Amino acid sequence: MSTLTLTPADRRFHPLRDSATMLRRNLKRMLRYPSMTITLIGMPVVFLLLFVYVFGGTLGAGLQGGGGRAAYANYVAPAIILMTITATVQGTAISIAMDMTEGIIARFRTMHIARVSVLTGHVLGSVIQAMIALAAVIGVALLVGFRPTASLGGWLLTAGFLVAVTFALVWLCVALGQVSKTVETASNIPMPLILLPFLSSGFVPTASMPAGLRWFAEHQPFTPIIETMRALLMDRPVGNDGWIALAWCAVMALGGYLWSKKLYNRES
Amino acid sequence: MTITVTGLRKSFGDHLVLDGIDLDVPRGTVFALLGANGAGKTTTVKILSTLHRADAGEAKVAGHDVAREPDAVRAAIGVTGQFSAVDKLLTGEENLRLMTDLHQLSRAEGRRRCERLLERFELTEAARKPAGTYSGGMLRRLDLAMTLVGSPQVIFLDEPTTGLDPRSRREMWQIVRDLVADGVTIFLTTQYLAEADELADRIAVLDGGRVVAEGTAEELKRRIPGGHVRLHFTDEQQLDAAREALAGATREGEGLALRVPSDGSLTALKTLIDRLDERAVKVDEMSVHTPDLDDVFLALTGNRSTTERVTNR
Repeated sequence: MSTLTLTPADRRFHPLRDSATMLRRNLKRMLRYPSMTITLIGMPVVFLLLFVYVFGGTLGAGLQGGGGRAAYANYVAPAIILMTITATVQGTAISIAMDMTEGIIARFRTMHIARVSVLTGHVLGSVIQAMIALAAVIGVALLVGFRPTASLGGWLLTAGFLVAVTFALVWLCVALGQVSKTVETASNIPMPLILLPFLSSGFVPTASMPAGLRWFAEHQPFTPIIETMRALLMDRPVGNDGWIALAWCAVMALGGYLWSKKLYNRES
Repeated sequence: MTITVTGLRKSFGDHLVLDGIDLDVPRGTVFALLGANGAGKTTTVKILSTLHRADAGEAKVAGHDVAREPDAVRAAIGVTGQFSAVDKLLTGEENLRLMTDLHQLSRAEGRRRCERLLERFELTEAARKPAGTYSGGMLRRLDLAMTLVGSPQVIFLDEPTTGLDPRSRREMWQIVRDLVADGVTIFLTTQYLAEADELADRIAVLDGGRVVAEGTAEELKRRIPGGHVRLHFTDEQQLDAAREALAGATREGEGLALRVPSDGSLTALKTLIDRLDERAVKVDEMSVHTPDLDDVFLALTGNRSTTERVTNR
């Protein structure tokens, strides 16, 4: 039969084309499975409403200079933005684990394709998904009283910074998704990422915390990331936080990438 | 030889899965690896398809060493595993287009090949439905169609009909026969003896990580005692005459039938008929019973479990 005429195998690899193919696959899956994206947007929105309307009045009064609910909306928004990213990357871990358990990864592994494209497809897909979720969540934040004072330049820097943070956390979760033996594990392993924003300067100033916790909050990566966002969005000088945040991102991205690659090339 | 395997060994931790396997598969033939669950079939396929590395031994597929040149091997093979490797959120057509894209086919050529495969595997009607809604047989056909997109020279089918209903199983068998007619080499694993008997040119019986027998289905059957010729007579006289003429013949109960041990070969049959002819014995009915592969399988793999039972005690 003509479908089976043996063609001489083309031995070159096409990492870019293969990555684009895998990205298309992941975007299609996202459209077929919209409840995932909706959950990713829903969770931070619920937290936003909870913190602004339920706790906001009291927490706002405790901020330096007071200010009540309106001031707290501005204070908490960067933490909610970060939560949007951590929720998305939790989704990445889940979809990687789904691929692993469904056997399609085994098919890709026995094919003559650029190996890393399977993972880069997921990474790019998740970054796009995160950007959509971020736009939605920031939109809701603006509706409930978030009033950033950033100029267009500040917004562009923020966008670039958010892409960098997402990229780093996605690579970390690509590895976590591969470590997980089941889809359930994959949804649990990234839990610390969901909880860490609470142990940072995201919801209350670290100065209000007891000594040990305060030390932890000030030295964990999410505090400089949130402070950088605050500075960029409120048009204040970023200071050292920006560099510290970017350094953390670089470490997480590189570590996640190397770990992921190693896991992907191990025996299945 | 399209596949050559020598001294393949593999263990996972303390568990020895493959204990030195040798196999040769000529080009354009179907080779069946027959064994119970846990005999090492899937591990063998995983090593040959570059998913696992062997601890020792050598394996060459399509002229390339699986450990040293995995990329060249991957370019020549197609694998359809036990668990369907399709994207269930995508439609059948999208799954195939994913494969045509990964094989770097042009859009037009990709569409053409996708349409042809959908038609060939009777999936055209379901092409736009998500694969998650497909039946087991349809999923398996889609899975195999995806494997064929790259026109592989060697196809590994790991238990291709496990869990399929009898009709889908027959359809799958026909597909395999068509593939071989096209010159593809097929390495299939199965726990169904009928399947190996039906499809394979050569069969290797795998048990406890070793090949305990290898040959054509007929050769394997002949190795097993239990073959006999059954003769039926119209009256006692003829039966007694035949019993005198044939050594080792035993009567089947009280009926008018004799069982004569025989390997069922032509020579043996001719001798038997000649003997009966000499004495002018009239035979009402004659049938040859060769052991089926089930007998072979049980006889070949049964011993181990007996010894195991003994050592356990």
